[in-house]
This record gives sequence, C-alpha cells and structure tokens, in this order.
Amino acid sequence: MFAAHLPPLAGSLFSLLSITSLLLAFVMLGSRWLNAYLGAFALQSWLIALLSAAVAYYGDYPELYGIAALTALFRGLVLPYLLLRITRRLNVDRELHERLSPSSSLVVGGLLVVFAFVVSAHLGATLGLTGTIAVLALTTMLSMKLIGFLMLMVRSEVVSQILGLLVIENGIFLGSQILVPGMPLLIELVILFDLLVVVACFGVLVRYLVVHAGTTSTRDLKRLVG
Amino acid sequence: MSPAIVVIVILAAPLAAAVGCELIRSPRFAEYLNLAASILVFAAALRLLPIALGGPYTLWDRYLIVDPLGAWVLLSVATVYLLASLYAIGYMRALNSPARLHRFYALFAGFALTMLLGPLMNNIGVYWIAIELTTLVSTFLVGFEKTRESIEAAWKYIVVVSAGISLALLGIILYYWGGSLTLGPTYALTWGTLRAVAPHLNPMIALTAFLLVFIGFGTKVGLAPMHTWLPDAHSEGPAPVSAMLSGALLNTAMIGIVRFIQVTDAVHLGILPRTVVVAIGALSLAIAALFITRQTDVKRLMAYSSVEHMGVMTLGFGFGGPLGVAGALYHMLNHSLNKSLMFFGSGDAMHAFRTKRIGRIHHVLTSMPVAGALWVAGAVAITGAPPFGLFLSEFTILRAGLAGPNAWAVFVMLVLLVVIFVGFLNHFRAMYFGENPKAEAATGRWQLRAADRFWCVLPMWLALIPLLAMGLWWPSAFSHYFAVIAAQLGGGAR
Repeated sequence: MFAAHLPPLAGSLFSLLSITSLLLAFVMLGSRWLNAYLGAFALQSWLIALLSAAVAYYGDYPELYGIAALTALFRGLVLPYLLLRITRRLNVDRELHERLSPSSSLVVGGLLVVFAFVVSAHLGATLGLTGTIAVLALTTMLSMKLIGFLMLMVRSEVVSQILGLLVIENGIFLGSQILVPGMPLLIELVILFDLLVVVACFGVLVRYLVVHAGTTSTRDLKRLVG
Repeated sequence: MSPAIVVIVILAAPLAAAVGCELIRSPRFAEYLNLAASILVFAAALRLLPIALGGPYTLWDRYLIVDPLGAWVLLSVATVYLLASLYAIGYMRALNSPARLHRFYALFAGFALTMLLGPLMNNIGVYWIAIELTTLVSTFLVGFEKTRESIEAAWKYIVVVSAGISLALLGIILYYWGGSLTLGPTYALTWGTLRAVAPHLNPMIALTAFLLVFIGFGTKVGLAPMHTWLPDAHSEGPAPVSAMLSGALLNTAMIGIVRFIQVTDAVHLGILPRTVVVAIGALSLAIAALFITRQTDVKRLMAYSSVEHMGVMTLGFGFGGPLGVAGALYHMLNHSLNKSLMFFGSGDAMHAFRTKRIGRIHHVLTSMPVAGALWVAGAVAITGAPPFGLFLSEFTILRAGLAGPNAWAVFVMLVLLVVIFVGFLNHFRAMYFGENPKAEAATGRWQLRAADRFWCVLPMWLALIPLLAMGLWWPSAFSHYFAVIAAQLGGGAR
C-alpha cells in the first residue's frame, strides 16, 4: 500500500497538511462569526488541494494533479463564493444562539478527536499499520466527520449547517486522497460535481426559508413534531 | 429483446418527460406527458422481470447492472410512479396552482428518473450518487407548496439525509481501501468486485464499513433512530409525492443495504452484522408503534406506518434465507401498492375536510363513499390483516425468523404488530364511525369535478385489486423469482 512506504519528507508533509486541516475545523468550532467559518473552510479546501498535488507527486498519480486543480477551484473558490453570496443576502454575520458555547465546543471537539484516534489506531493495529500515515488519515477523516456532526448539532444558523456538511465532505475527501489515491477519476469528479449541486440546492432552499418561513435560524423550525 | 433496450426505455422515458414538461409550459400537456412516461416505464419494468431472470447482465462498461433483485425493485418503483402519476392529475388540479404545474411534473418525472437509476447502478460510488440525487430532487417536491411547514420539512429532509448518507460514503471509501490491499490501488468498485474480494477483506475494516453504510443508507430507508426526517417530509409534500417517497424511494435505498448484507456474509463475520440489522429493524417497529398509537395527524400516521414497514422488511432481509428474502421482497411490492393507496386516501380526505388533523375528520363514508371505502380497506390491509398481501408477507417473515438465530425478534415483531394493528385502526374507527363532539358543520364535502374525482379514485382501485389478489394467491412465478434472488444473495441461507 502506498501510504505504508513513504519517504520521510512526504510523510511529514502529508501529516502537516492533514493536521492543519483538522485545526481549521477547530477554528470553525471556536468562532461565532460566519466569515471566520467561511475563511477556515476555504483555507481547508486549499490545503486539501495541496495535499492532492503532493500525493500526485510522491505517489505518481498524475491524474490527481487535475483533481487538485479542480478541488482548489470548486471547493476553494466556487463554494465559498456561493456561501458568501448566501450570507450577504441574509444579513446575518454571526451565530446568535449557539446551543453550546464556542469554548465548550472546542473541548467536545477535542474529545471527539481522541475517540477518532482510538478507533483509527485500533483499525490500523489490526492491519499492522501502526504509526503510519494511514492511521493519521483515518483519524483526520473520522474527526472531521464528528466535528461536522457537532456543528450540525450545536449551531443553528443555516449557513453554519451547510458548512457543517461541507466539513464532513472535506474530511472524507482528505482521507480518501491518502488512503485510496487510486480511486477512479470519474467517481471523484462526480462527487465534486455532486457537492456543487448540493450547495446550489441549499442556496435555493435558504431563499425559500427566508421568504416563506421568515427565518435564517433552524431554531425557529420546530412546528413539525410528534 | 436485449436488456439494454429495455433499460434505455426505463431511463429515457422519465428523462424526456422531465425535459418536455420544463420546455413546454402547459399544465395539461405536462400531466399527460408524465402519465405517458410512467405507463411506458411500468410496461418496460414488467418486461425487464423475465429478462433479468437470465442472470446479472452488466451494461455500458459495467456501470449498469440488470439482475433479478434490481428488476424487482424497479417494478415496485415503476408501479408507484404509475399510480402516483394517475393520482397527481386529479390531486394537483384541485390545488389550483396551474402556473407551477409544469414545474411540478418536471420535478416529478426527474424524481422518478433518479429513483430508477439507483437499482441499476453497478458501481457503488455511482449508486451512492444516485441516492444522493433522489434527495436533491425530492427536496423541492417536498417543499413544493411553499408553506412554512413544507419548507421546514424540506430543510430537515435535506440536512438529515445528506448528513446520514455521508456516513455511507465513508463506509464505501473504507470498503475501497480494504479492497485495494488485495486488488491494488486502482480498480472499479462494483457490487461483483466487492463480493469477490470480500473473503480477503480485513474483518475489522469490513465490519466498520458495513456499520457505516448500514447507518448511512438506513437513514435514507427511514430506519429508527435515523427516521426523524421521514414523518416531516412525508406529511408536508403533496399526496402523490408522499406516495412516491414512501412506496418507491425507501426501496431504492433498501436495495443497497441488501447488497451490502450479501457482501458482509461473504466476509464471515459471524452473526453480529445480521443481529445489528435485525435489532435496528425491531427498533423501527417499536418507535413506529409508539408514534402511531398517539398520532394526531393523518399523514404523519401514514409516515410512521412506513417506518414500521421498512422495519419489517429489514427484519426479513436480516433473517435472510430463502423464506426471509421472499417475504421481504413480497412485502416490498405489497407495501408499495398499499402505502400509495393510503396516501391517496389521505389526500382525498385533506381535500374534503381541509385539515390533516385526525380529530377533525368525521364520517368519511358520507362525504366520500367510494374513496372512503377503498381507504378503509387499505387501512385494514396495511396493518397486516388477511386477506391482503401484507398478511402473507409478514407471516412469511415471521416464519423465516423462527428458523434463525435471532428468533427473539420474531416475538418482539409479533407484539408490536398487534400494538400497531390496534393503534392504527383505532384512528380509522374515530374518523369513520366516531361521534363528532363539535357541531355537525364540520362534515366535509369533497368538492371535486367529476373528471378530477375519476383520476383520484382510479389509482386507488388499481392499488387495492392487486393487493387483494396477492393476498389470496401467491403466484408460483413469484416464488420461483424469489428463490432465484435468494440463491444469488446466498449467505444467510440456513
């Protein structure tokens, strides 16, 4: 497997990029400002694009250069731009009523990373991959997944919820770049395209929410129960 | 006829209808175009059944698969699409928003297209995308009426299901990773490849991946405790959309779970994976029983009944073996017919009484005699009473469970089915024969033109008659068909 035999420099580079992406997820958790979320998400996407390029270089997967460019373009530019348009239109610039304060979210997020690490280390140990980049990739993937879910739970602004889903997606994408760099190009392209359509759909729905429900916060969506 | 031609018809008809409805903005043209497409799809799905029996065919560079299991799910999707298209004509005319009708039918046909894609997908990544697409299209159908409640339902639907299904993507990546340790870094992850490589998978990876995909696609199937989006989406969409969501969409995600169970059997993980499946199925029944008994909203009542029946199907597939698979597949088609009938009936009642609250619906038979009678017959059928099809399929699933290691679930299922029977029919007793505590003025009148009423009642007949027939007589051709599918799924056979 590719991730098991890496030159030390490549290993450090991959680790640095994954850990920094994970830290950026914590930036989102620790802030109330939607612009901070957006910035962190955009930066995270750029780092993942860099990671794709690095994997392409060290693992000799030339098609990943294309994926890197598309990631930077779509995840790093188009998606943040679409989300920025949504926030501008909404006149909301921060979370008003988070269910869990940013500082508590950071603590919970830390615990989730520990959990993710335990699971990944266990998985890695059964494969004899302890201490390799594969365990780190699994940890990052699971952590970002859990942090995304945490954001969905404790943040109520619609934009934060969309970003929560996008963090989940970014985590999966990051992990898959290291674990399965040879995944067929078509699948990666279609998933990228799918992401774009998802955000476009969310954009339309947000407009409906504002016009027909008069709110930008999911706290007000509590009519349907039982 | 080669499978490729039939598949092309199945996919091209709704595509053409969606594009045609959007381009030619005439409500009358749109409803008949959509109806024509649905008839064509239904005929093609029927034709595909015997063809698919010839074994799994793969088409177009192995991206599409035609196998008996997929063809069966396609038949249930096509049936609901046809019935719902008939019903939509009467129902949507009565809503009086002709300006947006063409958009409705474009989305409706598009939704049907995405659902027909799912069971045909051979590449697991592409299957995931097809399931994701069904969410994106149907969100706008759920929110079509643009009331505050329907937008809320659409939002919850897309967020909960997207989050849930992302778990399935993670599981698929793990499967791919596990397979790449044997097959090398680049290969196409089809159902066949995964099944072939399954015995070489690392058991820990296979188990983790299976749990992730089960939870992920289980969200889409509406299994408890991931069912939270389902009652909202099913109750707030227009009635034909509710029927499509419940009778067709849930099945297209169920087929993914079934195929992953098959893969997991090949890994030899013991009984743990199947026990998880059975336990989640039983939990769905329990949650549904609680919410059905105390329900106040007629469409949410039907929605929780879907959670129940998805639980029953999950139990059937979880028990496995020829009986379990046959029962679950028979249940799938019966449920598709029956749940469409139930949502059509609720749509009629909503037209007549201008409310969804069970407490405000009285003396249904006096305000809509024919539709009311069909609706209550459907209610008896959906609780699993003889002589309707669901009785036979539930009975078969119970028998399958007794033979296996998870026999405890059979007793749980029996008790909960009785609770649901009483709880569900009690609501119908109140709506049909209950005394109205308020003034008599609350009696509803079904104010539809005769032509529209015809479109509303016809699909109810078309759903009830086969349901009754399949309750009285289990066709031997079906038995043969299910035996072939069960043999191909293998694994759980005991």
